[in-house]
This record gives sequence, structure tokens and C-alpha cells, in this order.
Amino acid sequence: MTGVYTLFKKEILRFWKVSFQTVLAPVITALLYLLIFSHVLEKHVQVYPGVSYTAFLIPGLVMMSLLQNAFANSSSSLIQSKVMGNIVFLLLTPLSYWELFIAFLAASIIRGLVVGGCVYVVALFYVDLPMAHPLAILAFALLGSAMLGALGIVAGIWADKFDQLAAFQNFIIMPLSFLSGVFYSIHSLPPFWQKVSHLNPFFYMIDGFRYGFFGQADISPTISLTVVAISFLALSWLTLRMLKNGYKLRG
Amino acid sequence: MIPAIKIEQVHKSFGALHALQGIDLSIAQGEFFALLGPNGAGKSTLINLLAGLLRPTSGTLSVLGHDVMTDSRNSRRLLGVVPQELVFDPFFNVREMLRFQAGYFGFGRENDAWIDEVIEGLGLTDKAHTNMRALSGGMKRRALIAQALVHKPPVVVLDEPTAGVDVELRQMLWEFIKKLNREGHTIILTTHYLEEAETLCSRVAMLKQGKIVALDSTENLLNRYPGKHLRLKLEPSRLPESLRPLLRGEESGFHTLALNEAAQLEGVLAELRNAGIRVEDLQLIEADLEDVFVQIVGNRA
Repeated sequence: MTGVYTLFKKEILRFWKVSFQTVLAPVITALLYLLIFSHVLEKHVQVYPGVSYTAFLIPGLVMMSLLQNAFANSSSSLIQSKVMGNIVFLLLTPLSYWELFIAFLAASIIRGLVVGGCVYVVALFYVDLPMAHPLAILAFALLGSAMLGALGIVAGIWADKFDQLAAFQNFIIMPLSFLSGVFYSIHSLPPFWQKVSHLNPFFYMIDGFRYGFFGQADISPTISLTVVAISFLALSWLTLRMLKNGYKLRG
Repeated sequence: MIPAIKIEQVHKSFGALHALQGIDLSIAQGEFFALLGPNGAGKSTLINLLAGLLRPTSGTLSVLGHDVMTDSRNSRRLLGVVPQELVFDPFFNVREMLRFQAGYFGFGRENDAWIDEVIEGLGLTDKAHTNMRALSGGMKRRALIAQALVHKPPVVVLDEPTAGVDVELRQMLWEFIKKLNREGHTIILTTHYLEEAETLCSRVAMLKQGKIVALDSTENLLNRYPGKHLRLKLEPSRLPESLRPLLRGEESGFHTLALNEAAQLEGVLAELRNAGIRVEDLQLIEADLEDVFVQIVGNRA
């Protein structure tokens, strides 16, 4: 266990040493979204009865920050050590593929929870937020950051260069998170786009997470939890397979 | 006794490139072994296979009896590898980095004394709290070696450890590595400095285009080409036609002739006397590993 724990600790320190960029910056970004969207839409949009738009928006922003940062942690660590070449120091060790997986994944979860938690705490200064089902909040936060942490490992292993990783981020992570209902309820969409949204696993994470706060959601939280859990398991399987086969890591 | 390294019928292809073509090699525990060969001969490929950074296309490799593919957990514990490139993690200082590296191998704080010993042995004490980024090339090289030793591996592989290192540091590194060998570590290194292989290593393998073209003790290799070099300063400074075939080189007024045996010397002097050329100075030099290397790697195309 010392090996896994060491790698986990190193991955935590790696982002903590540059927390200005890895924690503060994403929190500021989320707050800018909050200020602008709530200013523009507060008077015009009400999604759930009795829930202000600003309150509706906050769980979405918390989840989006959490997901993006969980992804950023594992993916940037891997691409950086691949480009720098110091990934060999990991590959030379007896750490097994699942130990690498657990350490990277756990550090990503922590980064996601730290950033998401900061956004949440700061947002509390703006609006009162109920907390209907704390366990649901926790479950979706954990599963969401774990899923994106695993996706980050996949992307970090797959990408050979920083711009390939940026492409992954801009063409997959960003659209999926923006089109998941962070800023709106998918019930406001035309039927076709509602159907399309149901194909997006990010939608279930955000909808389920929001349910934890307000006790209401676009779809049943059980379905959301199932979809998110299955997505996480499927991605973990893929990640473990890549690590086991040494895809792009051991020639 | 189980060999430190056993390599059997190892082939490695990268697409159409057949980089290693049936390598067989056994290195005993406690040996100081050199892997020589021109660039692209397959030295680093072989080391990367041992380290598990690459997988063989066919064949097996083992470290102290532990197969690097099927029992990598143990083979990697027993092996310390110093990579050729100066790679480093820019987030941490030397001591942090060494502690992390030891941790990956399952060592905790109880190992700190050994880490301090390695830091001191490599002259890194002043730099222990310096970020890896801020180290000079020579210091990075030392840190790389330290990193390969944190888990006390009985077998240490160094890929060109003295490439781009100044003379003073090179001496210091060799003393350090010699000490490791005396303490019982098996040392395997690749180097371009043949005189180092000659003075340090007890056994040498020469690689060329993915094959071992020579494998013997340093002494036997040197005896295999028992040639001598005859350096002559002549007056007038010209060589008779009959001696031209023996000429190896000309520099600063000296002609260097290659002799197969000392007995040839008499014939050479007779030729010179007949041509009316006076010998002003004369040196007879034993062939070194470089000559053997050139002979084997250069001529067996």
C-alpha cells in the first residue's frame, strides 16, 4: 500500500503546490459564470417552482468545476510527465496497473472535490441553498469526479502532445459539460434536443447532483445514479485495460 | 548461482526495424559489465527491455531469476535503472523526489537514512532542497543516479551515465559506481568512453545492428587483437612505399604503424635503414579496447 499511497500523495502535492492555478483559477471562473448568468437571467428564468435561477445555477456550476478539474488533474499530470520524460520513474517501479489507476483516480477525486467544494462555499455568500439529500450530493460528487478522473487518465495516456490533450478538452469535455444542463433545465429544450441530452452522461451527473440540493430533478435520481455508475465502471474498465496493456506507455 | 541478468533469444522489432536480433546474454552476480556499440546498435533497447519499458517481440529476460514480463513486480524491485536522458519532475526538490521514488517501491521513512547516504555519496547534500528544475546538468545526472538507487537494487543498469559530463564529475561518478560494485552490486553500463570500459569493466559485450558481435572478458578481447602501435618520428619525415600498408595514421610529425607482433619491428627498422631514413623517436604502444572495437564493429560488416 505504501506505493499507491506515495503516488497518491505526490499527485495531491503536485496540484497543491500550484494551487493558485489549479484551485483558485477555476473557482474564479465559476464565480464569473455565476455573476454574469445570474445577473442576466435571474428575473427571466425559473426552472423549479420556488427555486431562484441563481440557486438553480449553483449546483450546476459546482458540478461542472468539479468534473473539469478532476479531468484536468490526471490528464495534465500524465501528459506532462510523458512530454518531460519523467514518466519512466513510474514505469520502472513495481507499481501495478491497478495501483497506478487507484492513485491517479483518488488524486483526481480530491482535486475535483476541493475545487467543487470551494465554489460551493463561495456561492453560499450569494444565495441560500437547501440541501435536501446530502447523500445524493456526495454520491454524485464522488462518482462524477471519479468518472472524469478516469477519463483524464485515458486522455493523458492517449495524447502525445499538449495540443492533443487541449483538443480532447475543447471538443469533448467542454461541449459535454456545457450541454448537460448546467445553465438550463433540459425541459426547456425542443424534444429532439432533450433526447440528445439523454445521451450525455454529464447530464445525469448534474441532474442527480441538483436533486440532492432541491429534491427535484428532470429525471429520476435512481436512473441518474445508475447511468453515472455504469459510465464510471465502463470507463474504469477501459482505463485499466489501457494501463494493463501498456498502451502508449510500454512499447 | 542465479545470474544477475539472463537474456535468452531476445528479438525486438519496431515495425519493419529489427532492432534486436536474437540476443543471448548472461551476466553473473557481482560483475561489472559493459555494453558497447555504435549509436543505433540496440544498447538502449536492450536496457529498456530489461527495465520493462519495452516488451520483447520474442524471447525472455530475467533479473536474478525473475522474468521481467511474468514477474515484473520482483524483477523491478531488484533493478535500478539510470536512464540516458536527463529527465526530471519539475515540481519537487531532490530529497522529495528521492523519497517519492523510494515510496513507489514500498519504502517509508525507515529508508530516509539510506537516501541521505546516497545524497551524500553523490555530492548532492548542498542541493537536497533545490528544485530539480534549478539543478545544473551535472547535478541532474547525479540526481538521476541517486533516483535509481533509492530502493537498494542489487543490479544497477546505467545507460551512458557519463554522457555530457565533465572530467571531474566523471571521475567522481566512476569512483561511486566502483564502490557500489565492491559492495556487491552488479553493474551494467553502456558507454561511449571505451577507456572507461577498459579500466572498469571485467567483461564486455559489443553490439552491432542488433546482434552481439563480441562477448568476452576485457582481457581476452584485448588479447584477441594482440596488435601494437608503433609511433615513429622520422628524418626525413616520409615513409618508404613498402611500409605504406602498415600505416594507421599521421599526426604532428609522427607516423603510426599497426603491427601484429613485436617481431615485425626489426623488418620495419631494416626497411627504414635501406631507404636511408633515420629514426628520431620511437614508441611502442599496446592496442586498447578502442582498436578492438574498431576491428570488430568496423570490419565485420
